[in-house]
Amino acid sequence: MNRCAVVGIGQTRHAQKRTDVSIAGLCREAALRALEDAELTFRDIDAVVLGKAPDMFEGIMMPELYLADALGAVGKPMIRVHTAGSVGGSTALVAAHLVQAGVRKRVLAVAFEKQSESDAMWALSPKLPFQPPLMAGAGGYFAPIIRAYMKRSGAPDEVGMLVAVKDRLNALKNPYAHLQMPDITLDTVRASPMLWDPIRYLETCPSSDGACAVVLTDEDGGRRAARKPAWLWGAAMRSEPTMFSGRNLVDPRAGRDCAADLYAQAGITNPRQEIDVAELYVPFSWFEPMWLENLGFAEQNQGWRLTADGVTALDGDLPINPSGGVMSSNPIGASGLLRFAEAALQVRGLAGAHQVDGAKVAMGHAYGGGSQYFAMWIVGSEPR
Amino acid sequence: MSDGGADDKIEIVKGFIAPVRLRYTVNAGRASSRFLRGLTEGRILGQRCPVCHKVNVPPRGACPTCGVPTEEDVQLGEVGTVTTFCIININFDAKARELPYAAASIVLDGADTTLFHLIQEVPVAKVRMGMRVRAVWAAERGPSLESIDHFKPAGEPDAPYDSYKDHL
Repeated sequence: MNRCAVVGIGQTRHAQKRTDVSIAGLCREAALRALEDAELTFRDIDAVVLGKAPDMFEGIMMPELYLADALGAVGKPMIRVHTAGSVGGSTALVAAHLVQAGVRKRVLAVAFEKQSESDAMWALSPKLPFQPPLMAGAGGYFAPIIRAYMKRSGAPDEVGMLVAVKDRLNALKNPYAHLQMPDITLDTVRASPMLWDPIRYLETCPSSDGACAVVLTDEDGGRRAARKPAWLWGAAMRSEPTMFSGRNLVDPRAGRDCAADLYAQAGITNPRQEIDVAELYVPFSWFEPMWLENLGFAEQNQGWRLTADGVTALDGDLPINPSGGVMSSNPIGASGLLRFAEAALQVRGLAGAHQVDGAKVAMGHAYGGGSQYFAMWIVGSEPR
Repeated sequence: MSDGGADDKIEIVKGFIAPVRLRYTVNAGRASSRFLRGLTEGRILGQRCPVCHKVNVPPRGACPTCGVPTEEDVQLGEVGTVTTFCIININFDAKARELPYAAASIVLDGADTTLFHLIQEVPVAKVRMGMRVRAVWAAERGPSLESIDHFKPAGEPDAPYDSYKDHL
């Protein structure tokens, strides 16, 4: 397999409503920043890979066709990726595979969501055939899983609030982040409305407009990169069915298998010691401790202790989501790619005020559907 | 790029109303049809996998774990255990439900997968993991899980955690 490098990263300012731009304008804002970072132009790109969440969100069927022009993809291969909420991560991995396979030299991966032009709550609450209408958005699906984790682990109620505060304080150091809540405290989180008990309003992610783009190249491109590149050490995807007997929604098998594959590729045997920083897909605060266990950073039922002990804080031993994460910006389709891009920024030393000192190995993680799709990568400051 | 020219005076078009209506015809298939016909008759049917012997409900005609056809129908009890739940205080559709309501994953006696359904006839604050609940049939039944109007407390002692911990 050929080496692959991340040589350009761009993202938009994420906000509740980006009425100043169309969807095409939003995607271009991210893509042009990624090209500028790489000191390349659309002319240099061999293929474009586009990801977003379900078309039903904005009601535009096959938006990749409409966006081909804006993304410089006319006359080039253009591939649409769709793996629900994990799609941003999968988009990066499809692009990476094109490079790793030696098929393309320079690939642009772009992912977006314009939630202000969509109704995600409606789109995620479909009338299923032969079923009573009970679903109330993603929160209604994930709240019982969080309750099961709380019961199983015995974690104190405060853990979800700690993550909610930590990620919003991290976001203050990220000029692109949607939520800017300097006054957030455990008390304001505790006092916020209980939407889907046990999930409070401030323990959920926002709805955002935003896009993210990365430029991936082969080894030669990485060696000649305008700025320090991030090197791909491992890339893995897994999925699992919606329903089967013994399915563990708190600790999904597909997530464990995906991480095992990823670590094997990257030569990592002890993720807690060998990974310096991780950007994990945490749309509800309790998913931080759950994923810490699923990804092998902690033993079963012990993930919350890392959060409670401050290990996952920006100045902790294993910072999780220094960018503020999904809890601070959630343009759904782009959220996974933002995790991957932020991990790459860390090992490039270009994360600005939320840079983790000396980060050499970083993980990007995304999940989607009913915890069915997983996409992950590990990037390093040096080739492996 | 703005150059301060005439274009800046144009009011940007920000939206239009485009209602979308989707009408589906769903062919339920053989296994689901037996399940749905059962609901019309007031029976809850699952299917047992010949390899792992797990009982799947609703049945899909194949075991999702073993990938083999499932042909043995199993009639399940109307009583089950709440494995986990949430209390919903927000509606995606204003006329969907009276708030708050409790929705739970329920493993029926004899089944190895859970159904997601409504819990009523008990204050939401009293709903708990391990609670034993009984199906209450709707006055009018049809080929849908809506034939079960809701589940209510069965009046039995709670099930121990170990009995349902593999169904979270």
